[in-house]
Amino acid sequence: MPERLRRTMMFVPGNNPGMVEDAYIYNCDSIMFDLEDSVSVTEKDAARALVFQALSTVDYGDKEIVVRVNALDTPVGIEDLEAMVRSKVDVIRLPKTERPEDVVFCDGEITRIEKTIGKPLGTIGMMAAIESAEGVLNAPQIAKASRRLVGIALGAEDYVTNLKTSRSPEGTELLFARCMILQAARAAGIAALDTVYSNVNNEEGFRAEVSLIKQLGFDGKSIINPRQIKPVIEIFTPTQKEIDRSLAIIEASREAQSKGSGVISLNGKMVDRPIVLRAERILALARAAKVLPLEDEQ
Amino acid sequence: MSMDKIDIKAIPYVNELEGIHKRFDICEVHKDYYTCLEREEKENKIVPSLDEAIRLSGLKDGMTISFHHHFRNGDYVLNMVMDCIARMGFKNLTVAASSLNECHSPLIEHIRNGVVRRIETSGMRGKLAEAVSRGLMDVPVVFRSHGGRAAAIETGVLKIDVAFLGAPSCDAFGNANGYSRDNDNGVICGSMGYAKTDAQYACKVIIITDNIVPFPNVPFGIPQSDVDYIVKVDAIGDPNGIMSGATRFTKDPKELMIAETAAEVIEHSGRFRQDFSVQMGSGGASLAVAHFLREKMLKKNIKARFALGGITGQIVAMHEEGLIKKILDVQSFDLDAAKSLKNNRFHQQISASYYASPNNEGTAVNQLDIVVLSALEVDTDFNVNVLTGSDGVIRGAIGGHSDTAAGASVSIIVCPLTRGRIPTIVDKVNTVVTPGNTVDIVVTDQGVVVNPLRKDLIDLLIKAGVSLCSIEDLKRKASKIVGIETPIEYTDKIVGVVTYRDGSVIDLIYQVKENE
Repeated sequence: MPERLRRTMMFVPGNNPGMVEDAYIYNCDSIMFDLEDSVSVTEKDAARALVFQALSTVDYGDKEIVVRVNALDTPVGIEDLEAMVRSKVDVIRLPKTERPEDVVFCDGEITRIEKTIGKPLGTIGMMAAIESAEGVLNAPQIAKASRRLVGIALGAEDYVTNLKTSRSPEGTELLFARCMILQAARAAGIAALDTVYSNVNNEEGFRAEVSLIKQLGFDGKSIINPRQIKPVIEIFTPTQKEIDRSLAIIEASREAQSKGSGVISLNGKMVDRPIVLRAERILALARAAKVLPLEDEQ
Repeated sequence: MSMDKIDIKAIPYVNELEGIHKRFDICEVHKDYYTCLEREEKENKIVPSLDEAIRLSGLKDGMTISFHHHFRNGDYVLNMVMDCIARMGFKNLTVAASSLNECHSPLIEHIRNGVVRRIETSGMRGKLAEAVSRGLMDVPVVFRSHGGRAAAIETGVLKIDVAFLGAPSCDAFGNANGYSRDNDNGVICGSMGYAKTDAQYACKVIIITDNIVPFPNVPFGIPQSDVDYIVKVDAIGDPNGIMSGATRFTKDPKELMIAETAAEVIEHSGRFRQDFSVQMGSGGASLAVAHFLREKMLKKNIKARFALGGITGQIVAMHEEGLIKKILDVQSFDLDAAKSLKNNRFHQQISASYYASPNNEGTAVNQLDIVVLSALEVDTDFNVNVLTGSDGVIRGAIGGHSDTAAGASVSIIVCPLTRGRIPTIVDKVNTVVTPGNTVDIVVTDQGVVVNPLRKDLIDLLIKAGVSLCSIEDLKRKASKIVGIETPIEYTDKIVGVVTYRDGSVIDLIYQVKENE
């Protein structure tokens, strides 16, 4: 199975019925229903019930379903987990992860609930949001703390507050955290997701930030409005030149394989394994953006 | 030959020469020496009060009076005139308005008091619509499309005795318009399209204005030759209601998505080529189509020959950057549109008749390549309802919906699959306004459907890689989300007669049953 793309993870407040019900119509890769920061204390139960019901009735298609639960050192956090493990959720997103122990604890709780309800163990993935200096410094350990982890994400708003600064258009203050999280994710072989960009009306600034994080190596961006999907997809979609070259590389690799040769060559030049891997990722992105037909259609 | 020798009877076949029966008499020739300025002051059509104008018009009980809806929800004229008419004691009148709005709820009292017996309109909203739906009137309201109304007026089916036409500018002799190039006093509404047809055919025409300008008020929407009396009043409308802001660019992601899909459908409809023609509505999604279509026009260097219909600032912006060569404007939806009509040479105001009358082969809707329309409901036979809500209550207007759907080469409906818990795609629409065989494509947030009658469009869109579904698929999806609704309960009293553009009856609206 090809690696799942996570170019866009759309935040949907768990207490907004219209948005919860409509979320699947947009072309995002993952939907993240939020039970945490966008839901006020008095609406925690209602939001949890709404998301649970929506996941049982609405067909969200092949989108990855992520739910951000409340911190697990609070009673609502555990209640969120109890409900969501019982629902059709793909990934539990853990907020404000500071230490690997947080991940281990969450993993244990999910396992406990899976056992209680007789769900196959390990079917539910996890994602850890890193939102503090301590979390950033522990990122390598956090990323390797559980086999359930599919990715780690930067939560910039809390992080910059913790740093005693604020977000700038250039994002200089986030560079260290972004690099840490990215190295940690790659070392653990999981996805790295960037933080949200809150000014929905500043498309230019948004595009600049998406270009930056793509170049750094991130898998994708957290988004807060469906209008942000198109720019991300456009930036993450490979150019025709990249696609053509990648197709040629894959073809050369197949040829080498069929000949039983370990050496791949293209136009007389040797092609290394990393180049083949990069070509595969480019083609996956191109197919996801529908600028290249799926392999079985070719 | 001297004049006194003329013998009328000696003219051969004089009985067959129409109007030839009298010898010229110099005593009957009158010439005054007024200058234009003096005539403007002394010999004009301005009468001192509305009461006086009504008296002079010869209005009698049982007659038909007409109004236009260019002031939309900011209109003061209809209520002002009706109050005056009621005070003067008239009864059993027919109000034939090009459309009615929320602000016209005072009509309810006039109906109760017997001043108004019948209504003809394109639509109604608010308390009046609610009251009519609950059985306020003895005689059903006749709903006509803009084109259907124009045709009814032209053929004498709808005979207007007195037209009361509000105008943002008028000179002393009746040249009236929706703006003025002389000054910026008072309100402006841009095109006077619907009023033009009334002015042309009504027996008597009274212009009601807050802005008397010097003769000649050029350009004019209504010429002086169509006008009998002029009344100057303090105010004819509320600018905020006239330019209601209903045409702002949407930020709703769902509407944007629908609009983007619709633009893609247009691109591959076989009509998106040099010199195409288009009409786009003022609703959120249909307005946003203009935005996405603009990008495609720029990318492919395609220009439209003309844009038609209710005109918005979006269309004007595209005209001003050269993407749309000409504008035919029957109704200016916002201030930008009204200003453009005033300033742009190729922005032309047209009458309802020119716009959509089915009696005229050249009617502008017939020259449309593409029209984008909205809908309250679409059914699995592609019939569209824009008139009654999911509770059976009247809450909209036919407008030019059925006219443009029939006239355009491709008609595209844009609507969300559901609005909250109300489905848009249904088995049977509450009220058929536009028949399904004139509806070609339906674009929703959850799929695009082409009417199976349009095999040509199906082929084009599939070839272009646009994924299509069936109307039944959409209906099922909608039902799955919102469930099956309980049917609306009606009494057997007919409260509305919905006509198609040719005047035939396409549907009936019944009184909604009160909740016990």
